[in-house]
Amino acid sequence: MMRGCSRSKSTQNLDRTVCMTNCPTLIVTVGLPARGKTYISKKLTRYLNWIGVPTREFNVGQYRRECLKIYKSFEFFRPDNEEGLKIRQQCASAALNDVRQYLADGGQVAVFDATNTTRERRETITVFAEQNGFKVFFVESVCEDPEVIAENIVQVKLGSPDYTNCNTEEAMEDFKKRIKCYENSYETLDEVLDRHLSYIKIMDVGRRYLVNQVQDHIQSRIVYYLMNIHITPRSIYLCRHGESDLNVKGCIGGDSGLSPRGKEFAKYLRQFIQSQEISDLKVWTSQMKRTIQTAEAVSVPYEQWKALNEIDAGVCEEMMYEEIQQHYPLEFAMRDQDKYRYRYPKGESYEDLVQRLEPVIMELERQENVLVICHQAVMRCLLAYFLDKTAEELPYLKCPLHTVLKLTPVAYGCKVESIYLNVDAVNTHRERPENVEVSRMAEEALLTVPAHQ
Amino acid sequence: HRCDWLHAILSSVPQLTNSPTLIVMVGLPARGKTYISKKLSRYLNWIGVPTKVFNLGQYRREAVQSYKNFEFFRPDNEEAMQIRRACATNALKDVVIYFSKDHGQVAVFDATNTTRERRISIVSFSKEKGYKVFFVESICDDPDIIAQNITEVKVSSPDYVNCDKDEAQADFLKRIECYKQSYVPLDDEKDRHLSYIKIFNVGSRYLVNRVQDHIQSRIVYYLMNIHVTPRSIFLSRHGESELNLLGRIGGDSGLSPRGHKYATALGGFIKGQHIKDLKVWTSHMKRTIQTAEHLGIPYEQWKALNEIDAGVCEELTYEDIQENHPEEFALRDQDKYRYRYPNGESYEDLVHRLEPVIMELERQENVLVVCHQAVMRCLLAYLLDKTSDELPYLKCPLHTVLKLTPVAYGCRVEHICLNIEAVNTHRERPGNVDVTRDPEEALKTIPEHF
Repeated sequence: MMRGCSRSKSTQNLDRTVCMTNCPTLIVTVGLPARGKTYISKKLTRYLNWIGVPTREFNVGQYRRECLKIYKSFEFFRPDNEEGLKIRQQCASAALNDVRQYLADGGQVAVFDATNTTRERRETITVFAEQNGFKVFFVESVCEDPEVIAENIVQVKLGSPDYTNCNTEEAMEDFKKRIKCYENSYETLDEVLDRHLSYIKIMDVGRRYLVNQVQDHIQSRIVYYLMNIHITPRSIYLCRHGESDLNVKGCIGGDSGLSPRGKEFAKYLRQFIQSQEISDLKVWTSQMKRTIQTAEAVSVPYEQWKALNEIDAGVCEEMMYEEIQQHYPLEFAMRDQDKYRYRYPKGESYEDLVQRLEPVIMELERQENVLVICHQAVMRCLLAYFLDKTAEELPYLKCPLHTVLKLTPVAYGCKVESIYLNVDAVNTHRERPENVEVSRMAEEALLTVPAHQ
Repeated sequence: HRCDWLHAILSSVPQLTNSPTLIVMVGLPARGKTYISKKLSRYLNWIGVPTKVFNLGQYRREAVQSYKNFEFFRPDNEEAMQIRRACATNALKDVVIYFSKDHGQVAVFDATNTTRERRISIVSFSKEKGYKVFFVESICDDPDIIAQNITEVKVSSPDYVNCDKDEAQADFLKRIECYKQSYVPLDDEKDRHLSYIKIFNVGSRYLVNRVQDHIQSRIVYYLMNIHVTPRSIFLSRHGESELNLLGRIGGDSGLSPRGHKYATALGGFIKGQHIKDLKVWTSHMKRTIQTAEHLGIPYEQWKALNEIDAGVCEELTYEDIQENHPEEFALRDQDKYRYRYPNGESYEDLVHRLEPVIMELERQENVLVVCHQAVMRCLLAYLLDKTSDELPYLKCPLHTVLKLTPVAYGCRVEHICLNIEAVNTHRERPGNVDVTRDPEEALKTIPEHF
C-alpha cells in the first residue's frame, strides 16, 4: 500500500479506523410529536456522515406530505380516521422500502423518523429488520415538560409546510390536538416487556437516560453522542489564527508567528469578543504559535488542544504551492483528484483530520459558548460538521483569514453569520484547478494558486 | 512566555476537571464495585486524570486486624457499627488529603453505601468541600454471577485466609444478607437531583441521571463499554524491520528476513491457540501489515496504532540524534513520557491518540494487536496499570507475544518468545541525563545494531 496516494474505492474500507458495522443498522425513533425526534434524527445523521458512516434519515411526515399534498387539520391523525390510518400505514411502508433500498445500496445506517408509539408498529419494524438482516436500535424521547414542548412547537412546527396558511394560535392549537391523537395509544418502551430490544430512552431533554442492550460499536458511539448533545441556546465562534509570516510567503504548514497584520487582527478579535458580551466564553486554540499568539492578544484564559493543530503536510511542510509542483508534481495532482482522502507523504489527509477532530466536536457539543481559534483545514472540517457539508465540499469550504464565523443552532440547523474584522490578509484559498491529470503542465496546476509575496 | 513550552507540557490534553470529583460506589457485596473501582481508576490514570481508590474494606481490615465471621456485619452489632463508621470517616479524611495535598482529581469511594443516610452524609461532605459527586450503583440479582464473583475475589480475600472455599462462600453469603434489609437503591424520584449511573446485571442495562461535566460523561462512556466476558488480548510488535537492523528509529520500512520468519511463526502460534473469533489489528505502517499478512486472517488497520512520530529524528540512529540534537536527546532522557520530538509526538500524545483503541479493545473479546514499541508500551501500561514514569521503559522486545487475560482484579500476563533472533531495540535510561553530559554517557545504553 503506497503512502501519499489517493486510495481506490476497493481499499477504502481498510482505511477506516474500525469496521463500524457489518450488518447495516436501522435506528428507529419513538415518541409523541414535538419531542425532538426529527431534531435528533437530523443531528445524529449529520454526525454519523461526518465521521464517515453513510447515514440517511427517512422522515415519515415527509412521505405523508407528498402523499396528501394538502394538510387540513389534526383530524387526519384521529385514531378513528380509517382513511387517515391507511394512508399513514402506506407512507410508513414506502419509507421502509426506501430504507431497504438505501441500506442495500451502500448505506450503513438508516434513521426511521416517525412516532412509532405503539408496540405493534415497533414489532412490524423489528420483523422487517430481521428479514433484511438489519440491526435495530430504538431512540425514544420522552418529555412531559409543557414549556419544552411549547418551545419545540414554536421553533419547528409553526414553520412546517403543514401550517403555511395558519396563524400562530391556530397552528399551535391544531398541533396540540394532533399530539392528543397519539397519546391514548402511546406505549412507551418498557423495562420488562422490551428488555430484549436495544434502545436508549432519553428523558427530559437529556437529564436522564435508560440504555438497554447496546449491541455493537456503532450503537455505543450513538449512545455516547446522544448523551452529550444539548439544546441550551449558545453560539460557537470559529476563526483562524491571525495572518502568519508563512501565510504571507505563500507557504503551507509550519509553526510561524503572526505577521504585523495578524497581530492587528488579534486586537480586533479582542474588541469583537468583548462587544459580543458572551457569558462564560471558553476559548480553545491549537498548540501552534499562531493560534496561541492570537488568543494571547484576546486576553482571556484559553485551552490548547493538540487535536486542533493544522493538517500535517508531511514532506510538503513549509513549501509554497510552486515548490510542491516543482518537487512533487505527481502528489500535487493526486491531491487535486481527491483532496478529501489524499494523504501527504508522511503527513495527513482531511479524512485523518476529521478523525482527529472527533473528540473536539464531542466536547463542542457538551459546551455552550465557545470560540475556536484554529487553522484553515481544521476550520473546514469543523464547519463541514456544523453545516452538514459532504466530503467532496469540505476541502473547498471558504475559510478566509481575519473572518469570524458565528454559528447559532436554530430549528434543525445552524444560522451562520460571517464577520470580517476589516484587517487585510493574504488569500490562502486554492480552488480545484480544471486539469487534475498527472500529465498536466505546471501552469495548469498553478492556475488557482492565490497571490503571495 | 508562559504559553508555548510550559503550557504545552502541562496540558497536551485540555483540562478535564476543575473541581475534584468524588465517585461513590453503591451496591451489595459481590456486585463488582471493587472491580469497577479499580478498572475505572486504572483508565482515568492512564488518560492523565490522577485518580485513587479508597476501599473501605481495607480500612476495616486495618482497624480490626483479624476477621472472625459475618457477625461483624450484623446490623445490630453496635460495636462493629462504630468501627465501620470511624473507618468511613477516616477514608473521607484521606480523600480530602488526596485532593488538597496530593493533586488528586478523582477519588473513588469504594464501599457499599447502601443506605440513603450514608449517601446523604457523603453528599453534604462533598458540598461542603466543593467536590462534585457521581454515584455508580451496581445492581445484580443473578445468583450465578454473584457466586462467580465470590469465588473469584472473595474466597481469596485476606478475610478468609484461614477458611476453606465452602466455609468462605457460606460466610460471605450471610454477610450479604446483613446488608440486604437496609439496602435502599438509588431512587428515580427521591434521588433525581443526584448525578449517577445505575448498572444492571453486568451491563445489559444502564440508567444515567444528570451527567454534570466532561469527566462524568467520559466515565459513563467507559463504564458502558467494559464487559466481563472471558477473553484474551494478544500484543505483539511487527517482525524485525530493515530499519530495526540498522538501529534506526521510526520510518516505514518492510520486514527483514528474520522479521518474515517471525510473522510465519506468529501465524503458527495463533493457529495453535485455537482462538474463537480472533480480531487482528495493525497500524498503517508496512511492517505491521506485512506481519499480519502472514497470519492468513482478515485484519483491520488503525492509523492510531502507528508508531510514535519522532519528527526531526525520524530514521536516525541514536548516534545521529546525539550528534545532531544532543540537547533534545538529553531532554528526552529527563522526561521521556512528556518529551515531544520537534515536529513529532510525545508518549503523552500517544496515549491520547490510543484512547479510542483502548475503548474498542474493552468492547471486543479476543484481539491480537500487531503494533510498535512505543505503542505497545502505552497499551501495556494501560492493561497492567503502570505509571507514566514506568511506561516509556517497559520491555517490549521484538518477536515476543504477550498474552493478557483478565483475572480477578487484574491481568495475567504470559510472555511467549517465538524463538526467532532479533536485534534488541530497548534503550534504558542512562545514568547522566544532564544536557552537559559527554556523548559517551548519552550513548552508554544504546543497544547494538548493524
